[in-house]
Formats: sequence, C-alpha cells, structure tokens
Amino acid sequence: MADDNAKYGWPAAEQRSLIGKRISRVDGPDKVSGRAKYTYDLHRPGMLYGKVVRSPHAHAKVVSIDTSAAENLPGVKGVYIIQDKGSEIHWAGDDIVVIAAVDEPTAADAAHLVKVEYEVLPHFVDDFTQPKNIAENNAPLSPRDLFQMFNNDAPDDQVIAAAQKRGLAFQLTPEMTQRMKDNEVSETVIKALQAAPVKQPQPTNSPFRKESEQVKGDPDAAFKEAEVVSEGMYGCPVITHCCLESHGSIAEWTDSDHLFSHISTQNVSGLASQYAQSLKIPEANVHVHQDHVGGGFGSKFGIDRWGAYTAQLSKKVGGKPVRVMLERDAELTLAGCRPSAFAKVKVGAKKDGTLTAWQSDSWGTGGPGGGGAPPMPYVVNIPNQRKQHTAVATNIGPARAWRAPNHPQGCLITMGAIEDLAAKLGMDPLELMLKNIKLTAPAEDTFHRADTYRDELMIAADLIGWKKNWHPRGQGSGRGLGLAIHTWGGRGHESNCALTIHPTGSVEMKMGTQDLGVGTRTAILIVAGETLGLPINQIDLKIGDNQYPSSGGSGGSTTIGGVSSSTRRAAVDARDLLFAKVASALKAKPEELEAVRGTIRVKSAPSRSMTWKEACARLGTQPIQTLGKNPGPGDLISSGVGGAVMADVSVDMETGIVKMNKMVCVQDCGLVISMKTAESQVYGAMIMSIATTLYEEKIMDPNTGHMLNPNMDFYRLAGIGDVGELVVHMMTGKGYDERGPIGLGEPPTVGPMAAISNAVANAIGVRVPFLPITPDRVVAALKGGSNATV
Amino acid sequence: MRPFDYASPTKTDQVPALLGKSWGEVEILAGGSDLLSLMKDEITTPKRLVNIKQVDGLHAISNEGGALQLGTLVTLDRIGSAAQIQHQYPMLAAAAGDAASPQIRNVATIGGNLCQRPRCWYFRSGHGLLAQKDGKSMVLQGDNRYHAILGNDGPAYFVSPSTVAPVLIAYNAKVRIAGPRGTREVPVEKFFIIPKTDQEREHDLRPDEFITHVIVPPAPGVRAAHYEVRQKEAFDWPYATAAVALTMNASTVQSARVVMGHVAPVPWVSPEAAQALQGKAVTPATADQAAEAAVAKAKSLGHNEHKIHLARVAVKRAILAAAGSPARAALARDASEGGAA
Repeated sequence: MADDNAKYGWPAAEQRSLIGKRISRVDGPDKVSGRAKYTYDLHRPGMLYGKVVRSPHAHAKVVSIDTSAAENLPGVKGVYIIQDKGSEIHWAGDDIVVIAAVDEPTAADAAHLVKVEYEVLPHFVDDFTQPKNIAENNAPLSPRDLFQMFNNDAPDDQVIAAAQKRGLAFQLTPEMTQRMKDNEVSETVIKALQAAPVKQPQPTNSPFRKESEQVKGDPDAAFKEAEVVSEGMYGCPVITHCCLESHGSIAEWTDSDHLFSHISTQNVSGLASQYAQSLKIPEANVHVHQDHVGGGFGSKFGIDRWGAYTAQLSKKVGGKPVRVMLERDAELTLAGCRPSAFAKVKVGAKKDGTLTAWQSDSWGTGGPGGGGAPPMPYVVNIPNQRKQHTAVATNIGPARAWRAPNHPQGCLITMGAIEDLAAKLGMDPLELMLKNIKLTAPAEDTFHRADTYRDELMIAADLIGWKKNWHPRGQGSGRGLGLAIHTWGGRGHESNCALTIHPTGSVEMKMGTQDLGVGTRTAILIVAGETLGLPINQIDLKIGDNQYPSSGGSGGSTTIGGVSSSTRRAAVDARDLLFAKVASALKAKPEELEAVRGTIRVKSAPSRSMTWKEACARLGTQPIQTLGKNPGPGDLISSGVGGAVMADVSVDMETGIVKMNKMVCVQDCGLVISMKTAESQVYGAMIMSIATTLYEEKIMDPNTGHMLNPNMDFYRLAGIGDVGELVVHMMTGKGYDERGPIGLGEPPTVGPMAAISNAVANAIGVRVPFLPITPDRVVAALKGGSNATV
Repeated sequence: MRPFDYASPTKTDQVPALLGKSWGEVEILAGGSDLLSLMKDEITTPKRLVNIKQVDGLHAISNEGGALQLGTLVTLDRIGSAAQIQHQYPMLAAAAGDAASPQIRNVATIGGNLCQRPRCWYFRSGHGLLAQKDGKSMVLQGDNRYHAILGNDGPAYFVSPSTVAPVLIAYNAKVRIAGPRGTREVPVEKFFIIPKTDQEREHDLRPDEFITHVIVPPAPGVRAAHYEVRQKEAFDWPYATAAVALTMNASTVQSARVVMGHVAPVPWVSPEAAQALQGKAVTPATADQAAEAAVAKAKSLGHNEHKIHLARVAVKRAILAAAGSPARAALARDASEGGAA
C-alpha cells in the first residue's frame, strides 16, 4: 500500500506544474465560438422530428386513444402510443402519444389530430399549506416509497425503522436487491428490507404520509432546561432545474438491433443498460454519444420516458433518426423538480448560546411520491432532537435530484433557526456558530471537520468584513449579513481511463465520462499532462462516448475524484513503461527518471535527457497502452468537505426588493486539480443559488394543476446585474491537499440559500419564512403578517 | 409554429389590403420579439404574416413641427440612445433603454411595444385573452399575483405589458394609424381599451389598420421621471411602474400627468393623483398623498394585494424623481436624428 502511494500518489506542491494552477478550460474557445455542438444542435441526415401529445389533466385515466387521423396526415412517418388506454396519469403534460414526421410543423399538426379521451380524476398541487391533524402513516412501503427514501438520501435508521414498522407492500426480488447494491444502498438496510414483513396495502385517498417520529437524546428535558427557546417557520418551494439545453435525444437504429443515441446526459456510460432494459436488446448493442451538455444539475441521469420512446419510434420508422427534444414549457414542467421542504422549528439553548435542543415538524413534496425529510438539524448535531416529517403527494410532476439533494433545504431550515436563536439572544451568529463548532464534527472525523469550518468561517468573515459590517438584527436600515456552513461527501466514482502513447509521441486518451461544462476535460488533461510532463494541448482526449472505457455518471460530485485518479494511474503506468524502454539509453534505472517539460531525464543529472518524441521513437512499432482504474492502487481520493458562505444584502424596506451586495464562499475540496474551473464551479453555484433564493418557484395553478410559469419570463433566473460581487476562496495546502481531489459540484450550492435568507433577516429585523424572498413576502414580514420569530 | 403566407410590402398604402378583416387571421411582423413566441406556442396562428420592415418611411426618428416623430419601426435601443430623445424626453429614453434586454431592444420596435400582447399566464397557456372557462374567470379562481389591481371589474384582469406606453401617455403622445380609409391620429391614452370579449384586442386598431408613427409633442419645462418596481436589474416584468410628468409654476405643480403601468388592462392614467399634486410643492408628504390617491380605487383579486402597495411606492418615487429632475428646454428646431439612426 505504501509502495502504491509512492508510485501513484499526487506530486508534492513544489513539483506541480499544472495541478492547482489557473488554466483556462480547453473547450472554452469551442463554446464561445459556437463550434461546440450540443445534442440540441444536431440534425442527422434524413432525420424525423417528434412531437408529443401531452395530458391536459394533472390526474386522469386514459380512456381511449384514436391516432388514425394523425397517421393519415401526409408527412407523418410514425405514431407510437406511450401510455395506452387504462394508464393513470399523475401530472399535467405527461407523455401520451409521440409522432414522427418530416418536419416539426407536420408533427405538431398530427399531434393536434390525435384524439385522447380521459376520465378526469381529482388533483392536488398544494404543498405550501402545513398539513395538520394527520395520522401517522402505517401503510406498507411501496417500491416508490423506497425509491423516494433512497433518492432523498434518507438516513439508514429511518429506512430500517419504516421497514420494520410498516412492512413492505411487495415481495423483494433478487433483481431489486442487486439494484440496491449497485446503487450503494447499505448492507444493513438491505438486510432489514429482506427481514421486513410483506403486507397488503389498504387503499387511501389522502395525499399526506406522516412518517414516524424520530427522537434523539431527551428533547423534553432539554427544552424544559433551555434558558432560551426560539421558534420559527422556514422553507423553500419546489424549483425546477431549467436546463438551458432541454432534455432529449436523437435515436437511430444502425441495423435491426443496434441503437445509436445522441443524448443530452450526465451519464454517458450508464445509459446503455437503461436502453437495453427498456428495448430488450443487449447492452452491447447500444451506442451512446454526447460531446457537450447544456446543463443537467442532477436531472439527466436517465434515458427518461422520452429517451425510451424516441428509440421505439425510430425503430418503428425503420431505424431513421428521430429527434425529440423537450420544448421549454415541457422542460420546466416535466424534467425538473427539486422537492420542497417547509418546517416549523423550535431550538433551545443556554444563555451563552450553547445549543441543546431541536424540534422540527416538517413537510414537503417531491411530486406523486411525496418527499423525504431533509437532513435536520443540518451539520450542527444538536444533542437532543425530536423530528416529525409529513410527505405530501402532489400532481406537480416527478422529483429529480438537484445539486446536493436535500442539503440546501436542510441547511436553510437549520441555519435559519440558529440565526433566529442568535437574534433572540442578542448574539452575533458567527460567535454562536463558533461556540457550537464542536457539534459540527461528523462521527468519523478523519479530517478535523470542525476545525475546517472554524478556519473557513474566519476567512469568510475577513473577506466580507463581518466584524466591521455586522450589526444586531434590524439595526442596519435595510442592509444585513448572514452566514451558513455546509458539507458534502464527493468521493470519486468508478472510472476507467485508456491511455496510449504512440511511437510518434502522440498521446491519446479515451474515457466514457462527460464534461457538464465544469471543466472535466481540462482537469483530466491537467492530471495527464502533469504526470507525463507534457503540455495539455499535446494530449488528445476523447470523452462522451460509451464505446470508451466506462466512467460513472456525473452526480453527487463524484466525477473529479473518479476521472483524476483513473487518469493518474493510467498515466503513471504508461510513463513508467516508457521509462523502462529508455532507461538504458540514458544510462540510468527506470526509477531514476522523470518526465518534465517534454523531456525524459535523469532526476539527479537533468542534462542526461532526451525529448519526449525521441523517447517515444524508441517504442518501435509497439505503442504503450494502459488502463487506469478507480478504485485502484494507492490512496488517491477521499470524501467529505466543509464550506462556509457569507452574504451581504440590501433590502429596499418599502418595496421589499432584495439586492445582493456581495457573497463569499470559502470551500474545501481536498486537492484542487484545476483551480480556475474549480473557482468557476463555485461562482456558478453561488449564482444559481441567488436565483433559487430570490426568484425561483414552480408555480402551480390550483384549478388546472398546470405549472403557470413554464417559461423564462416568470420562472426568473438571475442576470449578471443581480449577483453582486462574488468572492471564492479555495482551501488548499496542508490538511487539504493530502486528501486528494474531492467533488465540488454540490457543496457550494448548499449554503448560499441559508446565508442570503439570514442576511435578509438581519437586514430587515424579521424572518421572511419561505423562499423565494419576493417583494410581497418581505413586505408581509415587515408588516408582521408572517410567522416570523423574534 | 404553423405554416403561414408571407407578404412583404414596401409602401404604407399596400399594407391595409394585406391585413385581415378579423383579428387573428393576419399578424404584423416588425421586431417579432413577442410575435414569434406567440406563434411558437400557438397562442396565435395567423394564416398570413405581413412583414412591414421593408415599408418606406417607418424607420426614421424625425422632428415634425416641433414634435418628435418616431417611425413605428424605430427600435427601443435607438430611442434609448438617441441624444435628442435623451435630452428632450429623458423619461422616454430611460424607459425604452431599460426595457427587456439589449438583444430584445435591438429588434423590438416602438409600434410593436405598444401592440405587444399581455403576459397573463392563463392567456399565454392558451386559455384565451380573458381566460374564461365554463363562464368563470380562471384568473379570479386561480393565481392572480401579477394581475390587475385597477380597472379590474372584469372580464379582463390581465395587465398592459408595455413599460413605454405610460411614459408616452405622460408626454401626451399620439399614434398615427394607417388603414384602408387613410390615416387617423389617436392619443396614446385613448389607444388602449379594455376588451370585453376574447375576440377583441387591447387597443383601438381595427384588424386592417396599423400604427405608422408615434408623435410626441414638445415638452418644454416638463419635469418627468418614471419608476419601475421590479426584482431583477434587467429582463424582468415589473410589478408596477409609474410615469410622471410635471409642469411647474415656480415651486408648485401647475399640472401633472401620472400614469401607471402593469396595474390594469390598460396603462392607467390617474387624474386623482394629478389633482392631488396641482398647486402644491412636491414634498415627500404631497408625493405620498398623490400616490395614495393613485391607488385609492385599487382592489385586490385575492393574491395581488401587494401590488397596490408597490404601485403606490412606484408613483411616489416617480413624483419625487420628476420633481428633482431638471426642466427641459423646448425642442431645438434643427434637431435631427440625434445621431442614432
């Protein structure tokens, strides 16, 4: 193991020429010039265009479908029924029939000719009103309940308790067990599920599922003894992912049983199995390709219903390419939905600010499946807790993972409640957080997390001028500061990197990964270039194709750890093979050589060197080929990061309009591979979170059950003028670098929502309980019309 | 988008014959910034588009008898950046220069800005201009957080979307309209009407007429300012706007025009607010009283109470800004395009 670390380990700081440096992303010029082609940009020869007949009802049963008129329309090449009669529809806009035609208008005309009869059923889209007087749910768990819990990262003990108490509504099959294992469901949970009784479910019409109460310590005694108790309401609505490039694909069959799909995805290597399962063809017969993706944020891991029917439709029209990309309204209505979370919270503490007790009564929706509880209290592990959560099933569309699933919600609620408690005590929340910092240490605190948070808070405070600018709540005539801390795992996923050094000196790499626009290509090239001593423009990197060695989906901040470690291993192995080939010519042993600045040279006598090209020429006709894997030899990566966010806002006390002055994010992600794109990742997270905090909401019409703002007029995103000054500080050096690269996609999206919300409370003197913090809500809070505390 | 015929006349008098006899048959293409999305969403499905961008004489910013004359095709960007307009009608330059986004201002025309369709989300979802279902208003039954607080006795509850129209009304501007029977001129204030049925439009045009020019009379001595309450710095629909033009008699208001936007199905002129200012010096207190008068008749539809407050603030701030702005000199006789063409 020690040998492996010596062989593959990351170079020491003084030896790094590329790692951690500010290097512009390699695909930047292609993107700004329009040369980069997204799935949406592609038009294949002979391609047909798909249009979808969508349900006008939020909840209905399909009674009959008549496609004859559509089929007879000239220009229509194929009609495929997605959900036939008898299907129950759970959200407006759900896909019923898809039509392929020679052009979009013809397909649209044909879609109008399809006659679908529905039996309309009652719908429910209100997740905002607190459910009251709900009996605890004892119905046996359905597969969907389980999926929701896993999808929402429900803690193991919560899943086990539910399984034991409620039993399962279905027989667990070996395939299900295997799928859970594949999805990293823990062994103890799987055992508990296997042991759980199978029961017949009773039919229910209630949208509410009240989960079992969770208790830790002795909350009753703790609240009794608490010297101060603060109560408040906090929460955020369902938001959509609003990918700039909508979901969709172009599917074509190269022969009767081979599919080729161009698809907008975060999961190039993972889709073949999904297609195979859906289309009943071998996985090896599925070719998936994507060069660039215009946003996913957690919503593009699957082929989705539309990916499957696009392939079915292509098959139906003799394999011709068929393109279905979601329209903007469908994208916002169907393809993105971050669960809401609302909570009534009570926090108890001693007069000196020591936190002692937590109680939360929470609810939220993630669509028809309800929605799990976010982790609360978030990061700050208050010793005595009582928690109750009610999942609200709604007809708003299905939930999807959104950057750091459940963390932003948990952070908002927790950090809001703590900030309100500090205000009630008349205490600086920074001081209160530092006082309780020991509570932030995770159970297995390998990397001194509490110290990380403390250091980060101090740096953030310095960058935002906390000491000088902070004032007690409401005393700043509309200007205020707020803070939050956050965490994420981010261990690298499974990844394979095929690297070839050709006798000509050219270097070729192939990986079935994807670059979500975050700089994955750049980071891979930095690692390879650093290891081989080559400039990054001398390496030919190919990604975005499942014919290349597989790599995991880009979710949960797992990509950087996966691709950088597999690349490192492939490059070290290849470099060492090259050293072995040329050592004798340099009159040295292979281990005495180094690859630096385009040369292979003797470490102790750098003048004994040859150029990279000369060295490679000695390969004769045999290229060097290596396959680097993660996991693999050597401890190259780890997991678990901390970050601190501080926000400075101004609020117009008359109109209630919030403006960002400045926001600071101090973030740890282990060893930073690509500094510039890492910083950009954090900037992007902050900008996204500003929109989430101030503007975004999936607004549902109570009567029609339709989304009212499936457009970019009233689904507002932040513009450059709205974001204020953004400051990013990456934690580097001792204590961080030796942990290896850890994912960065999720963590910086967590804290900003809470920090901004807290800054608004500090600015105006009262809590605006629910996001987005729109003028009406601020004005109402100022008038005392809210459930504000203090 | 559905197939359509396309006509591209070059003379004003060719246009009316190409237009339809009833609404919806034919649409006019100028900047297209609103029309294209309406057509893509099939909210409007014209059989013919009449592109007026090739029509002579509709592109110019000119000076006619001391008045500013804007061809209907003058873009918002040109209005915002024309030195002459910035100098003589600063409120107009500011409102046009602050509308939407730079990309939209580069194509959106003044005529199109006045004729753009409402942003009511029921209308834009295909439920018709008045969004009636089974004889009931979907707006009243549903989510009306952005809907009208004035002129909202029904059946129209949408808000007039133009941020420039209130400014033009405050400047007493007119539109020149060409039709099969020649041209006519209508004050912008009278141009907008509240439709009673889905078959009507939000303005006084007949289906075979179109705006050729916007004429803004000289505004010597006028102090004017507008204010928008909106969340985002750019590319956002406001909650409420106010345009205020004051003619001063020494330190007191001789006459005032107070016009609100995004509060009613038409730009909402408030004689009550003007009355409240008349003969008074502008102070925070008098501005407050006038703003209160402007929304005295406002009523909530259930979810838009906040708009009453925000409209009041917009009026107050516009009055104070107008009073604090310099009075404008008469339009110079030799003023030309102002270098913006």
